[in-house]
Amino acid sequence: MDKVLDVKNLHISFTTYGGEVKAVRGVTFHLNKGETLAIVGESGCGKSVTSSSIMGLIPSPPGKIVNGSIMYKGKDLTKATDKEMRKIRGVDISMIFQDPMTALNPTLTVGTQLVEGLKHHKTLSNNEARKQAIAMMHLVGIPNPEERMKQYPHQFSGGMRQRIVIAIALICEPELLIADEPTTALDVTIQAQILDLFGRIQEQLGVSIILITHDLGVVAKIADRIAVMYAGKIIETGTKREIFYHAQHPYTKGLLHSVPRLDLKEAKLIPIDGTPPDLFSPPIGCPFTARCPYAMEVCDKVYPTHSKISDSHHVECWLQDDRAKLVAGSTVTSK
Amino acid sequence: MLRYILKRFTIMAVTLFIIVTLTFILMHSIPGSPFNQERGTNEAVQANLEEFYNLDEPLYVQYFIYLKAVATFDFGPSIKQPTATVNDLLGRGFPVSLELGLVSIIIAVISGILLGIIAALRHNEIIDYIAMTIAVLGISIPNFILATQLIQTFAVNLKILPAATWSSPMHMILPTIALATGPMAIIARLTRSTMLEVLTQDYIKMARAKGLSPAKIVFKHALRNALMPVVTILGTLLAGILTGTFVLEQIFAIPGMGKYFVESINTRDYPVIMGTTVFYSAFLIFMLFLVDIVYGLLDPRIKLHQKEVK
Amino acid sequence: MGLRKEVNNQHSPSVPDEWFRPINRAEQNAEKVSRPSLSYWQDAWHRLLKNRLAMTGLVFLFFLAIMAIFGPIWSPYSVTTIDLPNQNLAPSSSHWFGTDDLGRDVFTRTWYGARISLFVGLMAALIDFFVGIIYGGISGYKGGRVDNIMMRIVEILYGLPYLLIVILLLVVMGPSLTTIIVALSVTGWVGMARIVRGQVLQLKNYEFVLASQSFGAKTKRIIRKNLLPNTMGPIIVQMTLTVPSAIFAESFLSFLGLGIQAPYASWGVMANDGLSTILSGHWWRLFFPAFFISATMFAFNVLGDGLQDALDPKLRE
Repeated sequence: MDKVLDVKNLHISFTTYGGEVKAVRGVTFHLNKGETLAIVGESGCGKSVTSSSIMGLIPSPPGKIVNGSIMYKGKDLTKATDKEMRKIRGVDISMIFQDPMTALNPTLTVGTQLVEGLKHHKTLSNNEARKQAIAMMHLVGIPNPEERMKQYPHQFSGGMRQRIVIAIALICEPELLIADEPTTALDVTIQAQILDLFGRIQEQLGVSIILITHDLGVVAKIADRIAVMYAGKIIETGTKREIFYHAQHPYTKGLLHSVPRLDLKEAKLIPIDGTPPDLFSPPIGCPFTARCPYAMEVCDKVYPTHSKISDSHHVECWLQDDRAKLVAGSTVTSK
Repeated sequence: MLRYILKRFTIMAVTLFIIVTLTFILMHSIPGSPFNQERGTNEAVQANLEEFYNLDEPLYVQYFIYLKAVATFDFGPSIKQPTATVNDLLGRGFPVSLELGLVSIIIAVISGILLGIIAALRHNEIIDYIAMTIAVLGISIPNFILATQLIQTFAVNLKILPAATWSSPMHMILPTIALATGPMAIIARLTRSTMLEVLTQDYIKMARAKGLSPAKIVFKHALRNALMPVVTILGTLLAGILTGTFVLEQIFAIPGMGKYFVESINTRDYPVIMGTTVFYSAFLIFMLFLVDIVYGLLDPRIKLHQKEVK
Repeated sequence: MGLRKEVNNQHSPSVPDEWFRPINRAEQNAEKVSRPSLSYWQDAWHRLLKNRLAMTGLVFLFFLAIMAIFGPIWSPYSVTTIDLPNQNLAPSSSHWFGTDDLGRDVFTRTWYGARISLFVGLMAALIDFFVGIIYGGISGYKGGRVDNIMMRIVEILYGLPYLLIVILLLVVMGPSLTTIIVALSVTGWVGMARIVRGQVLQLKNYEFVLASQSFGAKTKRIIRKNLLPNTMGPIIVQMTLTVPSAIFAESFLSFLGLGIQAPYASWGVMANDGLSTILSGHWWRLFFPAFFISATMFAFNVLGDGLQDALDPKLRE
């Protein structure tokens, strides 16, 4: 399979008032053509920072890519100049933001904001650009696009605005779409509609999607593969099936238990106690140790080695070590 | 939009009415009515006044006559200058004051916005600190103090600019600088802070995600939103500029309305005080009204005639 | 660390076997050091201390207050006594800031002017504060129609050209210190009332939310600990910024001859007197009042800015 994106050992830090925050600490993942990768984790785990870094939108200062590479079409985006990044943004890689209420400029018409990116990157006549914009609005399911082009964002409902935001992101037909919590700010019924829309656009445009979310319910619907992030690290990756039915990492299991599920009987919600570690001085061992019900002394002292469960399923946890299975075998069972 | 204009118009009318009434009450509450005092008024003037203000009528009749006079833009005669009416003085002085005020506010707006944008884009860099220090100094130094220092430096010591009067563009430089600096500083600070806020908005991130150039992001997406609050304070700034003209026209010996106004205060020329106050208030309130309308035009969310579509 | 190393053998030889036993939680918790938590005001004060410009302003104002109180007392010269033989003396060891055209000591008069300026500024801020709290408090607390009407009135008053009204009042009431303060207060409280109302509305909202969640006794504590400080912040900032505008207004009016009357000294009066010296070269008569008006306003402005940053709950970490 073709890799659209290949991120290796990415480290990102923010210099702040109180010291250096290591937001992303060695993240490695890749994205195949036409697939949807979900990056899942609690807020503050570094998932949004990771996605912004792909767009080259880390605010700098204070943010900085300390180490690692982001390969896109044979080019390392961490080394691209500002100007080069501008030619990639919106054309090759696009982004959808969390809150459709704030993602649109209140003082410009929706049409202007749609056509803008198109005309910036391609030489098109006004008429041609308008036609494409209208076609895109049709695609994302906005009725009467000709009329609505002339309207301002405040004249649209939240769900409609998110469709506009998606249309803006897709207007140059990018190869990669990063969706940062695209449904979090929406009502549940509208969430479902927007998720359906993602499926449809992927089918029609063949775009690869990175979905950033904290909501496993969203993931279940549209992701092909899942990467679970915790405290700036990817602790487990696998296909949707592998993560949902054979999760290995206690944190992943915890996440699954804390989501309401309709497909399991006796579904009981179990919250994960505690809070993620302070990223000013992240622990040297596994960052989940303090909250982990199966924590061992080793977890606190050494970061877990990488274990491969299958070609697609990887996990970083000491419970994979055969010695752990001897000690705690009775308590650790994958459900 | 029409409803919005109507609402603003009503507020304007009420405010004007209050000012006119307040002026009337205040002037008539001066002990020993100002119009029939002994000092210095000759008989012709006295007769003029009697006739214009109907001083022998009861107070409420006087009030209505006064309202009517104001409505027809007739402010009556001056006490100290028997041959001139208040309207004459306004006609002479106002154009000069308007010129001074207008040039100053234009300079203040343009330079203030530029300074604010530069400071915001170079946030926390040395340029930002310099710009903001200039701005705090600008709001801290009163315009009449600045005026004296400018005269001292450029007219007396360096002898490169004229110190007084209003006869050529060269003469306009010092008064306009003195008058424009304060509002410029206020605009610069406001522009900077709103610009900083706007630049963190999602729609700016979105514009960057489209791959637009920084210049386009600033001028097309950020500036318009950042300037909204600046528009709202323009009215207040205008009031400041206007009162500034009083004292600056005094210092620079500019034959504007402010000079007549201050003179009338010192000589207790009550009709001129009343007329000028009412005229200036009307002017200012009308300007505030215009500013509100402009704001409504700039912000599409205020256009009420377009229906909210869900 | 996070590199995709192929580890087929799920056994890391570098790690000793005895580490593979359940962790002792008690031990781990003991290691946790909790950060000292600062109260809102302590936190704000720390941030203000770090703001060098604001601290400079504060120190200057402290110095000015001391000099305003003791300057005229320490000085061997009186504020008003005319001493014609010693007119227009340049600054020297006997007259530190020189003398004016009537031989009065500019040093003494400057500190006397500081008294007037600070008094006017503080009184205006205090009156604004009380009127604003009462008006804005009632408006925000009552809500509904009362609020609607009260805010309409504020909206109209806001449109009045306040300095014109002040001038008109001064013409009618005759110039004096009391008149200036009254005139400034009549027009000045509107901004404060708006802010107080906004804060009260916010507070009411919180109170309502908390009460409906039946927090009980905790509610009071939360209001006192979290909400009250947050609502006081903008009010304190507004007060700090009222002072320089009142000082400006006083000196402006005195400069126009509508304020403090001779022989008493206000910075505005002194600056007006000094205006004629631009050509004569007696620079000290203009320079000192001009410098102190500007420096005082500067100090209040930077202090207000500093407070605004320090008291902003959003910036709290």
